[in-house]
Amino acid sequence: MAKKPIQFRLNGDEKAVFSAEGENLLDVLRRGVGDLTPKYGCGQGTCGACTVIIDGEPRLSCITLAETVEGKAISTVAGLADGARLHPLQDAFMRHFAAQCGYCTPGMLMAAKALLDRNPRPSRDDVVDAISGNLCRCTGYEAIINAILDVAAGGSQNARRV
Amino acid sequence: MPVEMRKEFFADERDDNLNEIGKPTQRQDILGHVTGRSPFYDDHLFEGLLHIRCVRSPHHHARIRSIDVSQAERMPGVKRVILARDVPHNLNTLLSLLDFGLDDEPLISEKKVSYKGEPVCAIVAESERAAREACAKVRVDWEPLPAVFDVEEAIKPGAPTVNETYPANLFVYHDRYDHQKLRYGDVEAAFARADHVVEGRYQMSPIEQAPMETCGAIAAPETNDRFVCYTSTQALFFSLGTAAKLLDVSSARLHFIGGTVGGGFGGKVDSLHEPMAILGAMLTGRPCKYMFDREEEMQVGAPRGAERWYLKDGVTRDGRIVARKFTGYFDSGAYTRLSSYAIIKAVGHLPGPYTIPNVYADVYCVFTNRTPATAMRGFGITGVDFAIETHMDKVAEAVGMDPIELRILNAYRDGDMKAHRRLAKNTALVECCQVAAEKARWQISPAARQASSLTGGGGERAQLPPHTVTDQKGLVPGGRTGGYARAAKRKEPDFAARPAQPAAPMPAAPAPQRPAASWEAPPSPPVPPPAPPAPPASPASSRGPARFSSSISGLRRR
Amino acid sequence: MPLRVETFDRIEDAARALQGNRNARVIGGGTLLMRGVNTGIHGFDTVIVVRGGQSREVHSDGTRLEIGAGVTMAAIAASPELAFLAPAARVVGGPAVRAAATVGGNLFARPPFGELTTALLALGAQVHYVGHGSPQPIEDFLRERGRDRTRIVRAVSLPRIGDPSAFRFFKVTRVAPKGAAILSIAAHMPVQGGRVSGARIAVSNMGPTPLRAIGAERALEGQPLNDDTAQRAAAAMMEGLSPLTDELASEWYRREVAPVHLRRLLQPGYGR
Repeated sequence: MAKKPIQFRLNGDEKAVFSAEGENLLDVLRRGVGDLTPKYGCGQGTCGACTVIIDGEPRLSCITLAETVEGKAISTVAGLADGARLHPLQDAFMRHFAAQCGYCTPGMLMAAKALLDRNPRPSRDDVVDAISGNLCRCTGYEAIINAILDVAAGGSQNARRV
Repeated sequence: MPVEMRKEFFADERDDNLNEIGKPTQRQDILGHVTGRSPFYDDHLFEGLLHIRCVRSPHHHARIRSIDVSQAERMPGVKRVILARDVPHNLNTLLSLLDFGLDDEPLISEKKVSYKGEPVCAIVAESERAAREACAKVRVDWEPLPAVFDVEEAIKPGAPTVNETYPANLFVYHDRYDHQKLRYGDVEAAFARADHVVEGRYQMSPIEQAPMETCGAIAAPETNDRFVCYTSTQALFFSLGTAAKLLDVSSARLHFIGGTVGGGFGGKVDSLHEPMAILGAMLTGRPCKYMFDREEEMQVGAPRGAERWYLKDGVTRDGRIVARKFTGYFDSGAYTRLSSYAIIKAVGHLPGPYTIPNVYADVYCVFTNRTPATAMRGFGITGVDFAIETHMDKVAEAVGMDPIELRILNAYRDGDMKAHRRLAKNTALVECCQVAAEKARWQISPAARQASSLTGGGGERAQLPPHTVTDQKGLVPGGRTGGYARAAKRKEPDFAARPAQPAAPMPAAPAPQRPAASWEAPPSPPVPPPAPPAPPASPASSRGPARFSSSISGLRRR
Repeated sequence: MPLRVETFDRIEDAARALQGNRNARVIGGGTLLMRGVNTGIHGFDTVIVVRGGQSREVHSDGTRLEIGAGVTMAAIAASPELAFLAPAARVVGGPAVRAAATVGGNLFARPPFGELTTALLALGAQVHYVGHGSPQPIEDFLRERGRDRTRIVRAVSLPRIGDPSAFRFFKVTRVAPKGAAILSIAAHMPVQGGRVSGARIAVSNMGPTPLRAIGAERALEGQPLNDDTAQRAAAAMMEGLSPLTDELASEWYRREVAPVHLRRLLQPGYGR
């Protein structure tokens, strides 16, 4: 099984990695380049735990064929904080108790970021739609929605330092 | 909705100088969660990691005639094929760590399978894909057997034997009975005196815990002849003990790291992954990961089990429940796991938060060809509470009473004797009902509004019934071995020799290969004092209050 | 089954590769195909990737609209020109699925998926292939789907609809908004002189592909749209349809609820 080289930008850095035939982006990110922030939840695009942003769009890395991200720009939670300064979404998730077990959190954060990057002033319905592909089994949706709306309303301007 | 603190309750028992309760406190692990750095078990990278996947039964019940792994072994990337014979001590029951129940479940099955998805072979390969492709090349010659999926069908004469350790498809309680009993007072006499007798049947289906993170573990050889195991388990020491037993090694050689769980809800205690991952690491000398994919999590991962309850209440014209009788069936699936314990919890909970002078329960832990059941949030209680509370509404209708007032009337009060022979204290059902009625703008009578958990209890209500009818229904021949481990030490537990159902297609139960105590347990485990002799075998009831308490297994007495 | 991935710069080369291998599949957004790739149970041995994806263009010549096979659900939902299709595109998964899922992929979606294809069937779309050859009515495409795997879909085209309110779409799901469908219904009911003329009603999960509800169409044809005709269309809806049983719903359940949903969808003023 020949491996193929692929290159992409991950959180602003150039990455070059070999991927196996049919490998998905989630495995390439986790095992190939060691970014463990996207999570495996279902492997079939139904849970959202592996959500990343590719060229500005939210995408499910577990159902993205690695070869198709050649030359693209990918962002994950690993690149969300600005150095030691948390991203406003991270800060809001902390303040609003928007994480319990934490397994859906990276995907939720990326889905929320994809929304706010395009629509900085979303309605509550917009927020619900934005995370509608992300499951949380600890049932924290209300807290998550409130955290995202808080950022949209200009909260978390001064995100705390890690 | 803001939290409303009802401080008038338990005011005299509470220290109001506490400074944590009633205000939010940040989770200590939340920074890791929002930065994606919380270390879930799969967030540990190992050079040369191998992947384990299982060949699983497509049948609910089948004999295995043969397993041919020759093609699979030659597939690219395959490092090792693991079969039942490679598991050092291939029979276990989870609660054997508490000496509760007989070993009844292999890690990898060899002779037959009793549920769809049961593993019969594991492949260790360089990649998950290679493991999947090799699994597809394993040829199993199956002989499908009749399967049973209904708890009451499973215990009829002639039903297929699901679990060879318990040929009658019933777990054996306290080494003696094929069900867990509760006897308190005399329900039959009370039914005869009651104005109404209300019966009901309640069924609850299995529920999947569905954690976001599927169950899994990674094991790797460590220095000092040890193995490290990163795991999603909810019960680290439980999984440690189980792995040590199945692998027949000292637990001192196993280094377990857990604590970060991507959702569990009870579904991550079964310890299926840790022993398999460690076994893979032992056999290959390389780090091995064994995880459920989502489909396995749903199909093979153990759910909260189904329950069926029959309730019969004797009620007076004015709404007092004078007798309540339960017959319950827990669907344990193919193996015991934790259903036996769920029943102990359930029976301790009966008859719900009500003071009823006569209570009777027979609760059966039944084996069927369904996915083995396990823990989930309040298991043992949730199902029967659904039955009880639905039945309360039915009783209210039968006597023409408001359902909330019926509950307040029958609610336990401080100082009341409960059916498990403990006095009730800190009761608050009355107040809960009052607040619920108020919030729902549901009119209840002034008397119901003025009722209190603090008054009306105790006195006569603190007394045990003057007369408790007992019986030996469901007595299993040859029981009373003084402990499950001791029973298993003998070549074959006596009660497993109970005449098998006529149509049982399998030969006698396979005896454990070695005594259960051989896995590094203390040479002579603390043996509980033997149970007192059984009452005379006459069906006549014993007189007078029987006050006793029991441990989980019921084998230890205080 | 071992898997190969072949990447092509030109779609014509991809089409040639597909023609030479019956066990090859072209990947669109991958939202369905990758499920099989991930589990190793896929029934194909080659995945064909067209570098840069398939055509994301939407053309219009006044009477017809042509939508490239690479157009995503997110793009449809955001396009003013395709606003009438947005109700079907918006209910395909969450935003991350819609950003990837394509028109071309949706045409091959098996039950319980394929909301957009259900809409395209009601709209009388045609399927265009890479290379020469004439377009195919979507009914013919769906009938042959799974048998003819040698051509790459280039685009779909549909007649411009005069009155956007004549097209209605509804997805029935247990988990709103993104759960898989119990069923979805698309109805195109152009009204001329107060009477329905050329009704096309498509419904999913009533067979291996979306199918037309011929009975309901007949009940509506030439009739005014009102409670009474809606009732009659609903009563005739299940003619010739065989609802599926899956994890989401039984055959019985789908048979019972489908007419209820159709009747609601046909109510005058639906969605307003």
